Amino acid sequence: MSTNTTATLSQSFRAKPNSMQEDITNDATSESSEHSQHITIGENILENAKFTTRNVNVYYGEKQAIFDVSLDIDHNEVIALIGPSGCGKSTYLRTLNRMNDTISNCRVTGDFLLDNEDIYSKKMDPVLLRARVGMVFQKPNPFPKSIYDNVAYGPRLHGLARTNSELDEIVITSLEKAGLFKEVKDRLNEPGTGLSGGQQQRLCIARTIAVSPEVILMDEPASALDPIATAIIEELIDELRENFTIAIVTHSMQQAARVSQRTAYFHLGKIIEVGETSQIFTNPRHQLTENYITGKFG
Amino acid sequence: MNNTDIVKHGLKKRYAKEKRFQWYGRLAVLTGFVFLTLLLLDIIIKAMPAFQSTQILLDIPLDRETLELSTDATINKDTLSAINYDGLIKKSLSQLYPQVSKRNDRKQLYKLVSSGAEFSLREYIMKNPELISSNSEIPVLSIWLKADDDIDTFYKLQTKISRVSDRQVEFIDSLIQQQRIRTSFNTTFFTASDSREPEQAGIKGALLGSFWTLLVTLLISLPVGIGAAVYLEEFAPQNKITDFIEININNLAAVPSIVFGLLGLSVFINFFGMPRSVPLVGGLVLSLMTLPTIIISSRAAIKSVPPSIKEAALGIGASHMQTVFHHVLPLAMPGILTGTIIGMAQALGETAPLLMIGMVAFIVDVPGGVVDSATVLPVQIYLWSDSPERAFTALTAATILVLLAFLAIMNTLAIFLRKHFERRW
Repeated sequence: MSTNTTATLSQSFRAKPNSMQEDITNDATSESSEHSQHITIGENILENAKFTTRNVNVYYGEKQAIFDVSLDIDHNEVIALIGPSGCGKSTYLRTLNRMNDTISNCRVTGDFLLDNEDIYSKKMDPVLLRARVGMVFQKPNPFPKSIYDNVAYGPRLHGLARTNSELDEIVITSLEKAGLFKEVKDRLNEPGTGLSGGQQQRLCIARTIAVSPEVILMDEPASALDPIATAIIEELIDELRENFTIAIVTHSMQQAARVSQRTAYFHLGKIIEVGETSQIFTNPRHQLTENYITGKFG
Repeated sequence: MNNTDIVKHGLKKRYAKEKRFQWYGRLAVLTGFVFLTLLLLDIIIKAMPAFQSTQILLDIPLDRETLELSTDATINKDTLSAINYDGLIKKSLSQLYPQVSKRNDRKQLYKLVSSGAEFSLREYIMKNPELISSNSEIPVLSIWLKADDDIDTFYKLQTKISRVSDRQVEFIDSLIQQQRIRTSFNTTFFTASDSREPEQAGIKGALLGSFWTLLVTLLISLPVGIGAAVYLEEFAPQNKITDFIEININNLAAVPSIVFGLLGLSVFINFFGMPRSVPLVGGLVLSLMTLPTIIISSRAAIKSVPPSIKEAALGIGASHMQTVFHHVLPLAMPGILTGTIIGMAQALGETAPLLMIGMVAFIVDVPGGVVDSATVLPVQIYLWSDSPERAFTALTAATILVLLAFLAIMNTLAIFLRKHFERRW
């Protein structure tokens, strides 16, 4: 893997001679020659992982967005993907439930195993995959329907409830798990779009967990929310870890530090460093990681 | 001079420029408004007479002798329909003016009453046969019958028109004195179809023709339009062929409508052998014309649905198709319906393509379906505006008013739908 990566790394850096990026690039190459170079630093590969991804490359048309990323996600852990804007962390996240399929010029290569099943094989239906790997988006996006219908949409779609009372139960437990039930129990028939931003995001989380996925992908779930709503969501993420495996993309390093057990630092489409969150934030092993978490750029 | 002075110096000029520009704008709006008002006023003034019709009170003797019925003849449909009603009206007119004896004068007297009056009289008597069998000494029926269109125009407008002779003017004056002439609401305008006689002509046929034609247009262009829009916007691969189709749809919206008429004539009528002058073919032609409008507006509506909603549905595990039908289409519906109604309003006002497929024929029957010969409102306007009789001017204007009313209703409905069903997210 190492020789291969060297080539793509230096190539890609030459391909983008932007002023600021170039500085960083020079930094990176000079730094990496000192460290054991071009390999993702840290514990990116695990045994018996929930999600295993190897040598992932993503292209948008001619442009390559992700370079040879390998990362494993453990059972019932929260892994935070951090990195500067445009570093490919969201793109990587979206490969995990094949949301990139909808983008016509997007091409994905590499191995993706969810419980040792290849999710990009012909046998895997993207609809089934997305029922197993749910997603919460950056902007709260409830359907312009009632709160009840928002949560019930997934179970209805997949036929998870045979009777109305079963459906009621799913909706209520999902709302409870998302910490929203107390606030909305008297107005389940009111439109979901009438809730506050934080409530809307929790509604979206309830909607996602209503189909009982195994993994939840969160793409900057709190970036559009105020600090109080953010704190509630973060608490919720911690509680959800009991039942779900969670991968969260975030711009906020404090958030990553608060909610995650492991953190992966992305830079220009590559994973630079993976490790225990506490280690990443207190004792980063790579210069780029250190630069980022100390706020030298980002 | 420092900068402040320079700016101050230029300020006056700048404000003057702005003010001038505002006045240009006001002037433009005012001009448009004045012309529109003049047009509408002109149409309304011209149309008013069409909603009134002149009637003449006649006493029709209904004894068996006058009716040429033998005393023992039973009164039934056959005997009643055999009666010479035209003769009855003429006899009644002669009784009103017994002094008129010259042949020419009598002819002018008889011309006071509409040629259609005998049919209304017949209809009335057929409905009330007991009038004849009544035992009163001399049964006389007093009935208001329509005046001829020239008399009608003369009486309503109170101006001399060449087709009313001096002798007839005298008759009318005496009728006025006897209070045997009046105007009342012209129900015929709404209950009759086209006729050569203006006082017997109405818009019911054209109205129903428009209805059937628009029904066909709607049934074809709405599903096809939405289907095409959804496919092109959501499923079609982005390639040269799609681009080519897109360009062509946009071009199609700009094609003169008469070209669609020619197309309809050569394809639907000449090639497929469909009948002429029928709403089915008219609707097909108008669908071709409306389709680009519906497709373009539907695509815009579908495009405006936020991608976050689509992602949300996909993220839960809805298939692409389910995403489109559960979320995208319902959210795009107000926009689609607005576009459709505006397209239909265009179709309602369209004349040229329908001339090509023979919907310009003189059709007296009210169409009962999509394969009955028919005409439509704008073509009816065209036909009547071309007629020499003066009374048709009023009918033309009145029909324009009806058409404008329908267009206004449809456009209001479009605005209402957009305002009312537009969901915020």
